[in-house]
Amino acid sequence: MGMTSTEKILAAHAGKKVVEPGELIQARVDLVLGNDITAPLAFAEFEKTGAKRVFDRDKIVLVADHFVPNKDIKSAEQAKEMREFARKYDITHYFEVGRSGIEHALLPEKGLVGPGDLVIGADSHTCTYGALGAFSTGVGSTDMAAAMATGQVWLKVPESSKFIYHGSLSPWVSGKDLILFTIGQIGVDGALYQAMEFTGSAIDQLSMDGRFTMANMAVEAGGKNGIFQADHKSLEYFWARSSRPYQVFPSDPDASYSNIFEFDVSRLEPQVAAPHSPDGKKNNVRGVSELSGQTIDQVVIGSCTNGRMEDLRVAASLLRGQKVSPNLRLIILPGTQEIYLQAMREGLVEIFIEAGAVVSTPTCGPCLGGYMGVLARGERAIATTNRNFVGRMGHPESFLYLAGPAVAAATAVKGRIAAPQEVAQG
Amino acid sequence: MAYQGTAWKYGDDINTDVIIPARYLNTSEAKELARHCLEDLDAAFVKKMRPGDIIVAGSNFGCGSSREHAPLAIKAAGISCVIARSFARIFYRNAINIGLPILEAGEAAERIQDSDRVEVDLEKGEIRNLTRGEIYHARPFPDFMRELITAGGLINYVRERAGGAAQ
Repeated sequence: MGMTSTEKILAAHAGKKVVEPGELIQARVDLVLGNDITAPLAFAEFEKTGAKRVFDRDKIVLVADHFVPNKDIKSAEQAKEMREFARKYDITHYFEVGRSGIEHALLPEKGLVGPGDLVIGADSHTCTYGALGAFSTGVGSTDMAAAMATGQVWLKVPESSKFIYHGSLSPWVSGKDLILFTIGQIGVDGALYQAMEFTGSAIDQLSMDGRFTMANMAVEAGGKNGIFQADHKSLEYFWARSSRPYQVFPSDPDASYSNIFEFDVSRLEPQVAAPHSPDGKKNNVRGVSELSGQTIDQVVIGSCTNGRMEDLRVAASLLRGQKVSPNLRLIILPGTQEIYLQAMREGLVEIFIEAGAVVSTPTCGPCLGGYMGVLARGERAIATTNRNFVGRMGHPESFLYLAGPAVAAATAVKGRIAAPQEVAQG
Repeated sequence: MAYQGTAWKYGDDINTDVIIPARYLNTSEAKELARHCLEDLDAAFVKKMRPGDIIVAGSNFGCGSSREHAPLAIKAAGISCVIARSFARIFYRNAINIGLPILEAGEAAERIQDSDRVEVDLEKGEIRNLTRGEIYHARPFPDFMRELITAGGLINYVRERAGGAAQ
């Protein structure tokens, strides 16, 4: 019996030839990640282990991104704790405000994750790096602390489900639409504890940014990780950012899957997830045409899901020469400082500001209702973020829709949920 | 170890944003977090519940963020145990790692009604519904996880086993 790429990566990191779904393993980690919300808890637990040093100062990454630049005094204390821990243990990859970004946009950009790596992070969207053919998954702060001390993590080998996407995507349809559609089909626990393997001709054509978006939201279906076969696109992405060794672990043709889903996505239109979950059981994920007309108070384009260059370029292509609807606010957050700078060089920031958008420094802020765009009671927003749970972006009686950057930008112009074609010129 | 308390029953997909909203995540102080436990799902929960009470829910309990603040808030509020049909995986890890007792028990999750008196025997994995006179069984923990629980959570386990190597 063959193995899936997830099983091969886990076996290699557990020092085994073969692993099977359900097996509990102790695995060596290549990278351990924490942010300003989860890392302070991990530091306290790390000190309790009695360890005098971290297992490898080059393999721990600390990124303050949720509430920085500090939103209040308590957040400032948490950011300070990170800075001090990084100094005390001489952590190589500590990213300071101004030289940083949203963690899951930042780590691949800096070449810190490569094909075949095993990465854990105290953030649920750590599954993003599966786009590069790595195994990466979210854990809690105590897991992060134990891994910082020992370089190891306990994992249950997940079953794998394969998702095959046939056909070619229509204009304005992106990785976000594929993953929202998928969650709508299988449900928010449709891949509970499982590895989600994404493949097919539509995936081959998908950009790296689109793949990051898809892997990022594997957790929204309950998945342990999302993974793509490393191909020339992911290898070129990695080679441009790192010269270190890596390993490609392709799934065997006779590997075993608990489920195989096949979708023809040629005629898929841009998708929108209605409040308060992308759950298919509630028929919450629909084509944009079914929801167009819904008035909106705020649009957010950014986050670890959709704050990359391609996302900003798509938004700019629709906002060029247009004005944000007078009844609505548009907030745009480039994912990293490098993306921000590139967007300036390409003239995108100018397009956004001339349209009437606010363009902010990279932060997770509004995605989790922290700051930089919190909603009032009764307000409705559409965002390119990853969760629309009750109260996620602010007041528990606010309403959040999820979509890709094209629908978000078109909505900002129209003041209501709109299809990109309604705004696109030429 | 046995617990007895009143059941607070909720539905499927109870997520970490309603267990502890992110607006309170600028601290990791457990007592502070406990004051806002389940606030966006049931605003009066913290006032109504009594120490030792038990949360009973459907499938995918604790889905969403990796925030360990969620099980910490539940534990510090005084909840003795969470029973659900299934748990989201990061929440499951976190609960075990910090020592919040959790039980996967489909029949219990279905049969127990809000306000029932419930007794839980963690070692036997037995759940007794005192109001209805019924007994349910939870899925047993794998041996490795039992070791973690016996050691008092992951950090104690690391200190005992690997702490020396990390010095």
